[in-house]
Amino acid sequence: MPDQLLFAIEVFLNGLMAGVLYALVALGFVLIYKASGIFNFAQGVMALFAAMTLYGIMNGLVPFAHLINAVFGTDIHYFGWNVPALGAIILTIGVMIGFSWLVQRFIFRHLVGQEPIILFMATIGLAYFLEGVGDLMWGSDIKTLEVGLPQGINETIDAVTFEAFGYGFFIDNLDIVASIVAAFLVLALVLFAQYTKQGRAMRAVADDHQAALSVGVSLNFIWILVWSLAGFVALVAGIMWGAKSGVQFSLSLIALKALPVLMLGGFTSIPGAIIGGLIIGVGEKLFEFLIGQPYLGGATENWFAYMLALIFLLFRPQGLFGEKIIERV
Amino acid sequence: MLDQADGYVTADGRKIGSVVMEMRNITLRFGGVEAIKDISFDIREGEIRAIIGPNGAGKSSMLNVISGFYVPQDGEVWYKGALRPPMKPYQVARQGIARTFQNIALFEGMSVLDNVMTGRLTHMKRGLWQQAVWRGPAEAEETANREVAERIIDFLEIQAIRKTPVARLPYGLKKRVELARALAAEPSLLLLDEPMAGMNVEEKEDMSRFILDVNDEFGTTIALIEHDMGVVMDLSDRVVVMDYGKKIGDGTPDEVRNNQDVIDAYLGVSHD
Repeated sequence: MPDQLLFAIEVFLNGLMAGVLYALVALGFVLIYKASGIFNFAQGVMALFAAMTLYGIMNGLVPFAHLINAVFGTDIHYFGWNVPALGAIILTIGVMIGFSWLVQRFIFRHLVGQEPIILFMATIGLAYFLEGVGDLMWGSDIKTLEVGLPQGINETIDAVTFEAFGYGFFIDNLDIVASIVAAFLVLALVLFAQYTKQGRAMRAVADDHQAALSVGVSLNFIWILVWSLAGFVALVAGIMWGAKSGVQFSLSLIALKALPVLMLGGFTSIPGAIIGGLIIGVGEKLFEFLIGQPYLGGATENWFAYMLALIFLLFRPQGLFGEKIIERV
Repeated sequence: MLDQADGYVTADGRKIGSVVMEMRNITLRFGGVEAIKDISFDIREGEIRAIIGPNGAGKSSMLNVISGFYVPQDGEVWYKGALRPPMKPYQVARQGIARTFQNIALFEGMSVLDNVMTGRLTHMKRGLWQQAVWRGPAEAEETANREVAERIIDFLEIQAIRKTPVARLPYGLKKRVELARALAAEPSLLLLDEPMAGMNVEEKEDMSRFILDVNDEFGTTIALIEHDMGVVMDLSDRVVVMDYGKKIGDGTPDEVRNNQDVIDAYLGVSHD
């Protein structure tokens, strides 16, 4: 097999793995957007905040340590214990549920029935507020998240492919784990939405608020539920990205990469978010490899996704799987 | 006949029970406009009760008060013998009051069966955890709910379209699916907001038949709004007539038909 083709396959596989992470972030957007029509700009910051909280709990950091020390003149930073990863993840899920309740209680409950643009602005405010709170709570230094996920090159794949093609593929263990986790997450979400009472209620709210009320569904409860689910998805994305490149501010910027994913997949489709993520992941890696580096001087990964989204907007504005936009006059 | 404390017997020999829902001196305002002015009436178990009146009379507002979508400024709502505190619509639904909407509020993206199943939501008691891991009781509950849904689908003769997404159905069938979803809740009180609005004669006849059958077969108490006098008179046991937010008549169809105020409201009267 020619080397060029082998490289391309390797790039393709790595693109798929990167796409899984994009899809994870996009999934959080879709959940909230479907149920409440809110485009949650804060999804990326939620991932950052969740990862920071997980780190803080695991390492026994005192929340708001800087603030406490400044006000009381103390010098405390650590509780002096370490929480095992699984326990910390469960506690962080608790924090994200609490966060969802607060967001619903103090922001969106007061904005019911407002224009989408107002809701969107509220989430922008929320994003910056949460970012500030996160820094204040856990400090703004770069943190390395060690939840015990395998990292580095997968030796087996390397060896097997070397045996077969005379060229070992470089696939990161972390990417493999992320893919498996994402697959499980999507499966669980789909089963949840399809077969449980709360899932049915969630779909009902996504479809028609008035009708949902008339069959006994509390909108408020469902909105807290979807924000919690989005918070959970954000935590998973935060763990994966955090393990890959450290917990730092740039983590919240991956949310911007989710935008082209959503334009491709459609804002209302869970499978769409996954497929969209994979297409963007593979697309940008392959484009960089085949065209970007040889002809354009590289660094096309920064803008390829947005360009693809733009083309999609021109020809299929509802995305691949989104609900068809029909305006009746 | 109507004054008996515990019910009456209708012209066609059905026994009507005690009061399920009682509205006492309800007044509803939107800003300076009084949509409902000091109206009282009751709904009895097993009867078909109609609220009629010309357009803008406040009929829909009244239905929205009963179903909790509007909270009246004055007056009391008594349900099953107890004063009902101000409630959210979903709480009212959980108390066993189901409704349909004039402009059809269905879950367009779901199939007919899924729509009807959402009507069973108030009957699903199993917790999230039990459902998530799909244990015995939750499964048994799902099966039982499914049976109720299928029975109602059969009853309303929509078996052929049970897997069809609702968005693809014609108007008349959508109305019927909405009725099925409301019925699936096995409500103590079923509210129908203009069930025959926008239908042709044949569809109206079908819908009338279904309303009568539902009342007959399940003994469901039904309160409905309609402005088509003819249909209402054939269908209902007792009728409340509203005009400009006020109650101008209340009684059997025959009594109402001969009420001078009602005749004036419908035919118009010169004010000279």
